[in-house]
Amino acid sequence: MDNSMLIKNGHIIDPSQGIDGIGVLVIENGKIKEIKMQDARCRMQDKKNKSRESCIMDRESDARIIDATGLYVLPGLVDMHAHLREPGFEGKEAISSGTMAAVRGGFTSVCCMPNTEPVNDNETVTEFILRKTYAEGACYVFPIGAISKGQKGEELAEMGMMYEAGCVAFSDDGRPVMNSLLMRRALEYSKVFHVPIISHCEDLNLSDGGVMNEGAVSTFLGLSGIPAAAEEVMTARDIILAELTGGSLHIAHVSTEGSVRLIRQAKELGVRVTAETCPHYFSITEDAVKGYNTNAKVNPPLRTQRDVEAIKEGLRDGAIDVIATDHAPHHRDDKLREFDKAPAGISGLETALSLSLKLVRDGLLTMSQLVEKMALNPARIMKLNKGTLNIGSEADVVMVDADREWKVDPERFASKGKNTPFGGWVLKGMPVMTICKGKIYE
Amino acid sequence: MLKDLVGIKDISREDVELILSTASSFKDVLKRDIKKVPTLRGKTTVNLFFEPSTRTKTSFELAEKRLSTDVLNFSAPTSSVVKGESLYDTVKTIEAYGVDFIVIRHSSSGAPHFIARNVNASVINAGDGINEHPTQALLDAFTIIEKRGSLQGLTIAIVGDVFHSRVAKSNVYLLSKFDAEIRLIGPPTLMPDFELNSSPVTRHPSLSVYYDMDEGLKDTDVVMMLRIQTERQGRGFFPSTQEYFRYWGLDMKRLKRAKKDALVMHPGPMNRGVEISSDVADSSQSVILDQVTNGIAVRMAVMYLLSREKGDG
Repeated sequence: MDNSMLIKNGHIIDPSQGIDGIGVLVIENGKIKEIKMQDARCRMQDKKNKSRESCIMDRESDARIIDATGLYVLPGLVDMHAHLREPGFEGKEAISSGTMAAVRGGFTSVCCMPNTEPVNDNETVTEFILRKTYAEGACYVFPIGAISKGQKGEELAEMGMMYEAGCVAFSDDGRPVMNSLLMRRALEYSKVFHVPIISHCEDLNLSDGGVMNEGAVSTFLGLSGIPAAAEEVMTARDIILAELTGGSLHIAHVSTEGSVRLIRQAKELGVRVTAETCPHYFSITEDAVKGYNTNAKVNPPLRTQRDVEAIKEGLRDGAIDVIATDHAPHHRDDKLREFDKAPAGISGLETALSLSLKLVRDGLLTMSQLVEKMALNPARIMKLNKGTLNIGSEADVVMVDADREWKVDPERFASKGKNTPFGGWVLKGMPVMTICKGKIYE
Repeated sequence: MLKDLVGIKDISREDVELILSTASSFKDVLKRDIKKVPTLRGKTTVNLFFEPSTRTKTSFELAEKRLSTDVLNFSAPTSSVVKGESLYDTVKTIEAYGVDFIVIRHSSSGAPHFIARNVNASVINAGDGINEHPTQALLDAFTIIEKRGSLQGLTIAIVGDVFHSRVAKSNVYLLSKFDAEIRLIGPPTLMPDFELNSSPVTRHPSLSVYYDMDEGLKDTDVVMMLRIQTERQGRGFFPSTQEYFRYWGLDMKRLKRAKKDALVMHPGPMNRGVEISSDVADSSQSVILDQVTNGIAVRMAVMYLLSREKGDG
């Protein structure tokens, strides 16, 4: 009974079972054993568990008891878009540090993008990532394979072999698939394995080497701009191709009003498309770049207040299914340079939940809807048995204090990437305990 | 005044006026038989030019020598930059030599700001990317005031590749601080998004954009021509230099749309026959060579004022 744990008095939320109330969560041998609700809304659950109540009580003496009074008890969060940098860029991040950042941020599953060195475009690299995760990972890692060999956008990578090795989706993230025919083929071919194609929507001819959002601020700073149209043109193209092929398309890191509108329309028309955004696209605008702040350089770039409002509305009405981090750690030296020469990316795993909790405080989402966006929906899109507290599933649990304030100090990140535009911000709400793979992180 | 001069948008109207009046005194010095003053004796200046430059570099170097500072010249192709040294390490190394001024030209917008944040020396922007070229705008203003007495009430046309021109940007920011009417003239493909009246820096009732040069030049007091950067050709901003000249080149016929005595300016180097015809460039209305002369006095004034601000001038 060493492995049993009893979390009581917490506010359990699990949208996969419609659970939302105070209750007791029992974990045994690393799996969810039981949920006992006090809340009237979950009487059905209660009734089912009633016969075992005495049994739970008997076990209490042996189990580790955690008092979660005042805390939310949620399924571990699922990040469907992160860069763990290993193999090849271990100076920026490693699977060990990236997964530690994940559990600190409340995530218990992370899907990692294939732009490593070598690129994850074959089963050997996929196997390497999974082996490393098994040995050193604090949480679960699900690799995303490359759409094209070497992410060169020329010919399809061996999707089937990578799928068998453990890849859960395919993407050339960071390098948009400019060739429309290749994108069509990817959306068609991936239907064999029922996995999504994740598109980084950017027309490289339109972005033309730009380094921030195009507009008055880029003029003000004398930086070349990336117009919103560079993203929207490709969002539209990929929606059209998804409609043509019946493939399952997921739009990564949506940043513009126009993209939200296109995705909403596509969903109304019944196209199989899902979409994610990231906390920085609904928390800050292009103004963060002022002063040539390389920590605010990200691709797609931070946009305008109008776009921020549209992203929030998209999250509210369901046009956007997922909040992902696009965790893109870089070494300090990489960012300590001329703005146009610095690499794009924000280290996001350790601030994502706190930034997203504001959406709940502002009344935009319920807590349950937030859990959908950050755990259930990404798990469903990637077809992972995650993001749920179902009886029998792995005990991936995060406990959240929604009221506790903390100051973001990048130097204290578990991630090697200290690159965040939120350094020094005081955020409200944080994960206080994450349970994953039988370990407790607090 | 601040520690550095990284851009016109970072300084006030009063700063501009102070620089221009100080430049006027230095111009008197330049008319003397002995053109050198001991103002910055014992100080050290590094000219860090990461981009090719003839006139700006020469002008700064002359200004520095007239002020008696020791001068080191550093050009990217012969430096450790080709060995892969970062800009940060380059300037930290230079600072360790104990320099007082770093004059920098760099192809990355914001590079001078980045350096200014990381060194104690005074940083002067000699042109960064497509952002600013503050001393050029100051010498342009100095030249206009010298010829017209003031910037107040003047209508000033800036013609050409405004998008890529740091000269145009700095001039817009400077003229916005005074009551001058600014007209930007050029093809839409080379016009930046100033979001007229919504951007804090360019909020100015009389900044307007013209694609039709004949209309835009009407009754202007000053015509500032910009260099068409030949390296932009073939990138699709306009079909050919021939067609460009037809619509946005300045020749005598077109100049007649402006006021009779309108000043013609150009930051150089000129592409004769591409953006400006030879007869205009060499006409009595052209003040292009006055701009060159005034550049030295303005740069002396900037360095003097920055050193004074640091309390050791």
